[in-house]
Amino acid sequence: MNATAAPVSLITGASRGIGRAVALHLAKAGHELILVARDLTALEQVQADCQALGALVSIHAMDLTDRDAVTALFRHLHTKLQDKGLSHLVHCAGQMQDSLLAMTRLADMDKLLALNVGATVQLCQLASKLMLRHKAGHLLLLSSKVAEAGSAGQAVYAATKGAVSALVKSLAKELGPNGIRVNAVAPGFIETDLTAHYSEEKKQQLTAQISLRRLGQADEVAAVIQFLCSNDARYITGHILAVDGGFSL
Amino acid sequence: MSNELIQTNSAKLTVAFATALVVADTQIHDDLAYNSIKEWDSTAHMLLIAELENVFNVMLDTDDIIDMSSVAKAKEILSKYGVQF
Repeated sequence: MNATAAPVSLITGASRGIGRAVALHLAKAGHELILVARDLTALEQVQADCQALGALVSIHAMDLTDRDAVTALFRHLHTKLQDKGLSHLVHCAGQMQDSLLAMTRLADMDKLLALNVGATVQLCQLASKLMLRHKAGHLLLLSSKVAEAGSAGQAVYAATKGAVSALVKSLAKELGPNGIRVNAVAPGFIETDLTAHYSEEKKQQLTAQISLRRLGQADEVAAVIQFLCSNDARYITGHILAVDGGFSL
Repeated sequence: MSNELIQTNSAKLTVAFATALVVADTQIHDDLAYNSIKEWDSTAHMLLIAELENVFNVMLDTDDIIDMSSVAKAKEILSKYGVQF
């Protein structure tokens, strides 16, 4: 990998929310971007926004639970990136589900596991293989405050995020000797499409539990991810950084 | 496929193994097997896969990575990806 070249970052879930905010932050920071999401139209808009900031951007519309499509993307990247290598995987795509345990359909659980855990494992597997070629790289995953603290009505979602945290710790140990860092951020209550359906009353209840007494913004999570993807964070691995305004205190 | 190209691929394979496992070229032969020398452990195996993918410009399936148990097996697997030996 050419150390003086622009870092190359693959961002999933890049069409909206935290993923979109990360794309804009890393574009400003001079990264070359590979953006992935299901919604092509929204992805094209983010691409245009990032290009306006001077970034080189390619987009790939796909469902990350389609394992063959994910493999095909990495076959393409394997050829396209060559000596540049992949610097960062920022995996923001994820699904949230609010339902009590007794009201959780097992089919819905399977979908949640397929995206939040299965796709995450496959992405880490393929991205780390690209990074091994250069013995350098960084996997940045999204965990959640609920992975540690739990959340009534979100047991399965919390379990999937707990799996992400365990993956971060394990992969940091496994891949560290080959120069690959693995970290996560654990957002608290962030105002995105995932939480847009919450009632005002519920938002007020949650706000009262947050030390800073306000909800978080996608930009605030993206700024932390930008730091973890910077050279300043080169000695940080296996870390799950809460970005929750003190929600976890 | 010309004999010359086949010989080149064999030479590239030997260098890739020697580079990834950090052993001498002379130690690389068809019978050399995974875990038969201390240098070819699970960590080195992943570096070997990365090296082979890089040298031959292929992306190996997970099943093939698991099955690559010897130099001879590596040749057999790479043949599936169009690399002739």
